[in-house]
Amino acid sequence: MRGPWFTSVLGVVLLVGITVLFVTGLLSYAAYNPDLSPVNDKTPEKGILGFYLFAWPTGPYWLYRLTQGVHVTLGITIVPVLLAKLWSVVPKLFALPPVRSLAHALERISLLLLVGGALFEFVTGVLNVQLDYVFPGSFYPLHFYGAWVFFAAFVVHALLRAPAAVRNLRRMRAGKGPEEEAGGEPDFPLVSPRPAAPTVSRRGSLWLVGGGSLALFVTTAGQSFDGPLRRTALLAPHGFADPGSGPGGFQINKTAAYRGISARETSDEVWRLAVTGPSGTVRLSRAELLGLPLHSSALPIACVEGWSTSNQWWRGVRLRDLAALVGYEADTAPDVLVESLQRHGAFRRAALRANQVRDARSLLALDVNGEPLTPDHGHPARIIVPAAPGVLNTKWVARMTFGDL
Amino acid sequence: MRRLPTLGSPLQILLLACSFALAGYAGVRLLAGDAPAVTLWFVGAAVLHDLVFLPLYAAVDRAVAGVFGAVGHRERTMYVRVPAALSGLLLLVWFPLISGRVAESYEPVTGLSAEGFFTRWLLITAVLFGGSALLLVLRLRRATKQRSPADH
Repeated sequence: MRGPWFTSVLGVVLLVGITVLFVTGLLSYAAYNPDLSPVNDKTPEKGILGFYLFAWPTGPYWLYRLTQGVHVTLGITIVPVLLAKLWSVVPKLFALPPVRSLAHALERISLLLLVGGALFEFVTGVLNVQLDYVFPGSFYPLHFYGAWVFFAAFVVHALLRAPAAVRNLRRMRAGKGPEEEAGGEPDFPLVSPRPAAPTVSRRGSLWLVGGGSLALFVTTAGQSFDGPLRRTALLAPHGFADPGSGPGGFQINKTAAYRGISARETSDEVWRLAVTGPSGTVRLSRAELLGLPLHSSALPIACVEGWSTSNQWWRGVRLRDLAALVGYEADTAPDVLVESLQRHGAFRRAALRANQVRDARSLLALDVNGEPLTPDHGHPARIIVPAAPGVLNTKWVARMTFGDL
Repeated sequence: MRRLPTLGSPLQILLLACSFALAGYAGVRLLAGDAPAVTLWFVGAAVLHDLVFLPLYAAVDRAVAGVFGAVGHRERTMYVRVPAALSGLLLLVWFPLISGRVAESYEPVTGLSAEGFFTRWLLITAVLFGGSALLLVLRLRRATKQRSPADH
């Protein structure tokens, strides 16, 4: 059962799947606009690894919901494919002699980076979405730099092995045998020299891997949707249930209590929003903000952890109108640095780019779904920007500083 | 006399050198924090998987097949292997939630209840094994009917 055909099928699936994971991962990094401001960048030493960065767009408004939902859901779904692939090639680990040539020695070192890198990326990702921060350091640099180490080994492995894998699949489809050993190592075959009597066909073993993927998919994917679909995500971190009911009952990233936001500092008497620009600083109470022109946007919350909500109906003041209050023309509004009341957390300060500020759908939201924001959703006021990752939609906003960053 | 190892394909060496250059560039940054711990996680993941985890589940699988073989029904191994593998896979991926080890931070962070993951996983496991048993019974009955049509 273990053999080149099984390995080839899994290899081709992983070639496609991991490429999608890598690209969506890079997109997620770009979505943070790390080159805009140091407060957005958790990997400032990236150097040339940030070569591709671009201004993250505000449309389509569901862009990050899609790319990050695919990144996390696909990553979880192909765990069984990765495990089966590693199982299928394990005999190579014990191949003798261990080193046949310089090229072979280098390849074996590269395989350590490939296998170690794959497991490192999957383990840190799977732990992070479950808030199990046991890995040694901050998730962002570990997962980002780890991805590049892994991808370096992955590309060369694909270049060296994919041609043989594709030839194997073609040959099998044409009904021609025998299979070719992808590594060109006829002395150390993947096929067992003394196989036990089979308990499953090769097709059956692929069905088992596919069944594993399906089981993970159906218990996870629902966390990217509201309503009955969320209930189908039986084991996903933001699946099965909503934290509440009614207008503010949708999914929460960090609650007010967890962030230490007190009722006093957000009360009408105490809370003031400070907006700063070239014409000085304006301080506004929630009542004064409600007196400004209010606009509505239907936008989702989409988290880096892969879960998201459907569109929520936000109502508040346009960011570009706030820029106009402190000395900018609305259509030439600049970048903005947003600071939260929260005293801890990696994104208590976040920067938004001019294209995000200028978008008519970008709001400092005061209400959601027809009611004032709840404390957990950022009362008295929060940012909501189309297509932006959840952490850039700052909650409990205290200060906004407009100007080129 | 021992022969010196050969060079191998120059193209392959060149490709691997490029790969190592990129991996090194990123690797230096990966190790900029807690280098020993990150190395341990990176290499440890590969070693733990290949030398502990994989042999362990392969041995369990072999033992199950052995038990079925001993009673003369090796071909029925799949009826245990499939539900066990799927259930084990779900447990492996969602272990922090199912085991409750993150419950204390999960609840205040998300506002959701951390209870229920274990119960739901148990129910899924029960459905998988139950479905597999049902399938086996149905197939056995069909086989019996086909074998002895004259009895009916």
